[in-house]
Amino acid sequence: MIVEFGDTIDRAVNERVLLLNQKLNRLRLPGVIETIPTFRSLLVLYDPVKTSSSNLKALIAQVLEKKTSASSEATLWRIPVCYAPEFAPDLPDVCARTGLSAERVVALHLERQYRVYMLGFLPGFPYMGDLAEPLRLPRRADPRTRVPAGSVAIATSMTGIYPVESPGGWHLIGRTPIKLFDLNWDPPSLLAPGDVVMFEEIGVEEFRQIEQAAESDLYRPAREKIRV
Amino acid sequence: MSATCGLKVISPGFQTTVQDLGRFGYQAFGVPVSGALDHLSLRIANRLVGNPPNTAALEIFLYGPTLEVQVKSTRVALAGGGVLEVTTAPRRLVSSYQTVYLRRGDVFRAGASLRRSSCAYLAIQGGVALEPVLGSLSTSVRAKIGGFRGRSLRAGDVLPLAVYEVEQRAEWALPAVPKDDSYQPIRVVLGPQDDYFTTQAIETFFTAEYTVTEEFDRMGMRLAGPKLEHNNKGYDIVSDAITTGAIQVPGSGQPIILLADHQTTGGYPKIATIISADIPRVARKRPGDKIKFMPVSVEEAEQIRRDQEAELEKLFESIRTTDPNRITEPEELYSLNLISGVVNAAD
Repeated sequence: MIVEFGDTIDRAVNERVLLLNQKLNRLRLPGVIETIPTFRSLLVLYDPVKTSSSNLKALIAQVLEKKTSASSEATLWRIPVCYAPEFAPDLPDVCARTGLSAERVVALHLERQYRVYMLGFLPGFPYMGDLAEPLRLPRRADPRTRVPAGSVAIATSMTGIYPVESPGGWHLIGRTPIKLFDLNWDPPSLLAPGDVVMFEEIGVEEFRQIEQAAESDLYRPAREKIRV
Repeated sequence: MSATCGLKVISPGFQTTVQDLGRFGYQAFGVPVSGALDHLSLRIANRLVGNPPNTAALEIFLYGPTLEVQVKSTRVALAGGGVLEVTTAPRRLVSSYQTVYLRRGDVFRAGASLRRSSCAYLAIQGGVALEPVLGSLSTSVRAKIGGFRGRSLRAGDVLPLAVYEVEQRAEWALPAVPKDDSYQPIRVVLGPQDDYFTTQAIETFFTAEYTVTEEFDRMGMRLAGPKLEHNNKGYDIVSDAITTGAIQVPGSGQPIILLADHQTTGGYPKIATIISADIPRVARKRPGDKIKFMPVSVEEAEQIRRDQEAELEKLFESIRTTDPNRITEPEELYSLNLISGVVNAAD
């Protein structure tokens, strides 16, 4: 069953999705297997042998009726990114298409706090927005078959990080040395929907140091609770 | 115990993976569910060898592996299709839906030539000795998560077993294999994005016949048939969550059925969703098979699923002992398989 709150990428819509998600996770309704929040809707996976959609519809309507505001607290992550040419194969192309200098692209990418709208596509892949208007480009016409793990990328109004090596069609403008996904963690993803992310520029030297520390699970990016 | 205690893979088959009923609870973090393409056959196989329903077994896809027993003794059962052929003395053929007791050194082929189904399950009494990942032993081949080292089996692997010796007893079998209902239409609930298609496209979807193409794996099944036209809303949606059985239609207008290893989210409109009761039937289809779709309501879909569960319970209760030394001639099995949907497997 899908509870739809809108058909656009919109912060207020996403907040309502995550609020319902939180409430349903707390309620642990019988027959509900799991819930999957996305930009604009919440998928409620249920076992029809144990419950029914009409039953769930009524329960969810009750939950939605209770007016509670979204939590005003969020986790802010500071994620180190190196924008050096060796990690940013698409930066020249992004500059050419936007008419901006590389410094300006990086500055625009660094200046904002991004909201993690949802995780999807790959285990631990965060869809984060909203990107500054001048950086918004369609996906690459020719997707890559191999995007290295840690690649920081942009496409449309979103920025994302590839947690593992995979095919991908976004523009690669940098790379983070940190791990975003580890099966030994519970939950396995560093980021959760509703989190806030800021990028911090690092040099190649620092990238290598953090990469080594992250490899042996000794590095965790800075995080704090903020009011949103 | 060392890694030499288990089932040694002599040849791996097309794609043989460890699967249980799936890795639920982590889709919000982008982790696919995976699990058996045909959970009904997995549960039947497990039931025959006396395992709990969620015990991990080997999923055989398109054609099966050759394995050597490297424990003192074990008991296995094949379900979903195919035969199990013991190639060491005493050579014998064991039909699916029947358990067989095997000793150290026995070599057997399981589901070597699947004809009627794309997948089958080999359950092993006691299961496999692997560490669950995020609560499940299922293998996600694409995400390289779980099962045996996050991948399908290769020649030379030794799949560690949980039990090294099993009791000798009467073997168990289903008196008749489950009804063949492959010719019946696949039932779907319309949506969630049926409003992205023309009225003509919806009509075509329910009247035309689609063919399963070679592009079929654990992630999805690409169909070929009359083009399904999107309306003026286009074919890009704001990404939302995907369930197993969702039928997405990209710009080509050719539908793709998403199966166990599907991504958790996607940006193509989904014209309809296969009801959960019919997902095993779809997963059993083979390249070249035909599919017709039929609409049902959510309420009907739920009732069909409940009835299916009751049927499965009845099937479980029908399991009875069989002569362990019964040898079935391959011709007999194949001819029965070809002629009739019901194979008498017990007497």
